Amino acid sequence: MDINFTPEELAFRDEVRVFLDTKLPKEIASKVKNGQHLSKDDSVRWQKILNEQGWMALHWPKEHGGTGWSPIQKHIFEEECAEYGAPSVLPFGVNMVAPVIIKFGTEEQKQKYLPPILNSDVWWCQGYSEPGAGSDLAGLKTKAVREGDHYVVTGQKTWTTLGQHADWIFCLVRTDPSAKKQEGISFLLIDMKTPGITVRPLITLDGEHEVNEVFFDEVKVPVENLVGEENKGWTCAKYLLTFERTGIAGVGQSKAALKHLKEVARKVQQNGKPLIEDPLFRNRLADVEMELMALEMTNLRTVAAAQAGGVPGAESSFLKIMGTELRQEITDLFRRAAGPYAQPFLPETFDADYDGELVGPDFANTVSAKYFNMRKLSIFGGSNEIQKNIIAKMILGL
Amino acid sequence: MDFKLSDEQRMLEETVGRLVRDGYPFDVREKARTSELGYSAEMWQQFAELGLLGVPFSEDFGGFNGGGPELMVVAEGFGRGLVLEPYLATVVLSGTLINSLGSDAQKEKLISAIVGGELRLALAAYEPEGRYDHTHVAATAEKSGDGYSLTGKKAVVLHGDSADQLVVIARTGGNGTDRDGLSAFIVDANADGVSRRGYETIDGLRAAEITFNGAAAELLGEEGKAIDALEASLALGIVALCAEATGAMEVACDQTLAYIKERQQFGVAIGKFQALQHRMVEMRMELEKARSMTIFAACSLDAPAQVCAKRLAAAKAIIGKSGRKVAEEAIQLHGGMGMMEETAVAHYAKRIVLIDHQLGDLGYHMQQLESLLDVDDDAA
Repeated sequence: MDINFTPEELAFRDEVRVFLDTKLPKEIASKVKNGQHLSKDDSVRWQKILNEQGWMALHWPKEHGGTGWSPIQKHIFEEECAEYGAPSVLPFGVNMVAPVIIKFGTEEQKQKYLPPILNSDVWWCQGYSEPGAGSDLAGLKTKAVREGDHYVVTGQKTWTTLGQHADWIFCLVRTDPSAKKQEGISFLLIDMKTPGITVRPLITLDGEHEVNEVFFDEVKVPVENLVGEENKGWTCAKYLLTFERTGIAGVGQSKAALKHLKEVARKVQQNGKPLIEDPLFRNRLADVEMELMALEMTNLRTVAAAQAGGVPGAESSFLKIMGTELRQEITDLFRRAAGPYAQPFLPETFDADYDGELVGPDFANTVSAKYFNMRKLSIFGGSNEIQKNIIAKMILGL
Repeated sequence: MDFKLSDEQRMLEETVGRLVRDGYPFDVREKARTSELGYSAEMWQQFAELGLLGVPFSEDFGGFNGGGPELMVVAEGFGRGLVLEPYLATVVLSGTLINSLGSDAQKEKLISAIVGGELRLALAAYEPEGRYDHTHVAATAEKSGDGYSLTGKKAVVLHGDSADQLVVIARTGGNGTDRDGLSAFIVDANADGVSRRGYETIDGLRAAEITFNGAAAELLGEEGKAIDALEASLALGIVALCAEATGAMEVACDQTLAYIKERQQFGVAIGKFQALQHRMVEMRMELEKARSMTIFAACSLDAPAQVCAKRLAAAKAIIGKSGRKVAEEAIQLHGGMGMMEETAVAHYAKRIVLIDHQLGDLGYHMQQLESLLDVDDDAA
C-alpha cells in the first residue's frame, strides 16, 4: 500500500507540467482562473494545441488517435490541467459522441466523424433532454419517421449546452412509438444546418447564454446518420452515460478554486484583519479542506481500481455527488468572501478585454454569478438524487 | 500509487478477520463486556498467540515490525467486531511510547512482556482540566532516591482500571502547556500512592480516574524530552481509532442495509422507500470518506511533520463528522429496534460516536487543521 506516485508517474507528471508551462496560452489560463468568459475561439485554440501534442482524446483507443494512457495517467493529466487553469475540453464531441461512434459506428462513420472531432474542426452538441424528458430521459418524444433513405425528425430538445456554436448534434429520437419506453429509441447524428432546425437561446439565472432549445420541424436526416441499429439507441445512450468518468469528481477544479479562495481570503480585510483569520470563515475553509482530502483519496482509490482492471460503475455516482457538492460549497465561500460586493451585477466586466472601472475588489464581480451558475452541477449529468437512486439500485441492491 | 495490501498485510487482515468472525459473536462480546474485567483474558491470550500484540514492535521482541497500514488492518478488523480488549491502550499507545523512549533493558523487559500477553498497560496522559490537550500537564514528578515520585491526577484513562502498569506523562520542568519538561514514566498500577476509580464507559469499554500521590515512578527516556515520542504514539493511536471507526461504520452500514431490506411496513420492505434509500446511500458515502481518510492517515506517518499533522487532523475530524452521521442514521433507520440494548447496531453506534471523544474530537482536530491551513500538501 503506497499513496505516493511511482517514479514513472512522477516523470509523466513532469512531462505534463512542461507541456502546460510552454503551450498553454497565458491569457486563456488567466480567464479560467478569474472566471471570465471563454470564447469559442479560446476553446478551439486550446483543443487544437492539445491535438498537436496528441493529447486530445484521453479515452479513445490508440488506433483512432487516442492517448492510450492508463487511468492514473489520465487522472494526473486532468489534475494538472485544472491546476494550470487550462479550459476544460468540451466533452460533447471527443468524450461523448466519439466513443459511441467508435463502439457502435460503421467504418464510414468513423472515417467521416472522428478526425474532425480530434482536431476540433466540428463543434458537437448533445440532443438528449426534452421539456418532458429530464431525469426520465427515456420518456423522450422527438420522433423520427423513416421515409425512403431519410428519417424525418420532428420535436424539441432542450438544455442544449453551447448549441449556439454547434455544427452537429447527436440526438436520441423515438423511431418506434409503439414499443416499450426504452426500446423504440435510436441514436441519430444531425447536421445543424439542415433546414427545419431552429436554435433558441435560454438565458440562465446568472444572465448567461450557455444553453439552448433546439426545435426540429420535419428535418430530413439521411439514414446513414443512424449509429448502431434502429431502436437500439438506448444501448448507445447508456454506454455514453457510463463511459470513462475519471474526471467526474472535479478534484483538480476544487483544488484550484480552494487555492484561489485562500489567496482572496488573505487579501480581503475585515475589522482590520485578513478574512482568513475570521474564526467562522477559517472553520469553513478547514471543513472544505478536509472534505476535499477525503474526496481526493476516494477518487484515487477509484482510479487505482480502474488501473487494476476494474470497471468504475456506480462508484462514479458517489464521486459525482461528493464532487459537485464540494465545488458548490467553494462558490458559496467565494460569495461570502466578497461581502456586500457580492451584490453588484456587471456582466460586461466578465469579459477579459473589459477595460473600464470595476466595482469593489477585483475578484468579487463574478462570484455571485458563478455561485448561481454552479447550482447546475447537482442537476446536470443525472441529478444528484438520480445518482442516489443509481447507488441504491446498483450497489445496495434496494 | 497502489492501494492494495501486501501479502503480509493481507495475511494479517485474514488473521484478525477470522478471529473476529469466529471468536467474537455479539453474545460472546456481551458476556465479556458485562464481566468483572470488562473483556476476555482468554481472548487477550489468543491475541498473543496470533502475534497481534507484537504488530508495531521489532522482530527482536517477537514483533511484526508494522507501521501505519499494519495497525490500520488490525484496528479495522477489531472495529468490525467491537473488540473490547485493551489493544489501543496497551500496544498502540503505551507500548509504542516505551518502544520509542525506553532503554534497551526496559524494552527487553516490557515489550517482550506485552508481546507475550503478560503485561497490560494504560497511557495516563490527559488531565481533568486539559480536555484533549496532551500538553496540558499539571502532574509533576520529582527525583526521589534512584527513581521519581509522582503526584497529580489523570482523566478517563482508557483501560486504566485493569492495567498492570501505567505509562504516565508528568512534568519535570516547565508549566502550563509547555512542550519542554514533559517526561514519561512507568508506574506500577498497584503501587502505594496510586488510587484508581474504575468505571464502565457508555460504549462498553473501561476507564479510570487515577490519582498519584507520591507514587514511585521509573523514568522512560530523557528527562523533560518526551513530547515528540508522545505525539508519535498519539499519531498511531489516531490511525488505530480511525481504522476502528471505519470497521465499525462498515458493520453499522451493512446491518442497517440488511434491516431495511427485511423490515416490512405498508406491505413492503421499508428499503423500497426512496426517503430511506437516499439516507442509506448517504451513510455509505460517509463510510467511503472515512475509509479514504483512514488510508490517507495510515500512509502519512512518514510524511514531513506538518504534512503528517495536517492529514491526521483532517482524518480524525472526518471520522468524527462522518461517524456521527453513520451512527445516528443507523439508529434512525432501525427505528425502535435501534434504541434497544439487545440490538447489536446500537452498540456499534455508541462506539463510533465515542471514538470522537478519544484523542481529540471533531472540534479539536478542526482547530488543528485551521492552524495548518497554510501547509501545502500535494496528496500523492
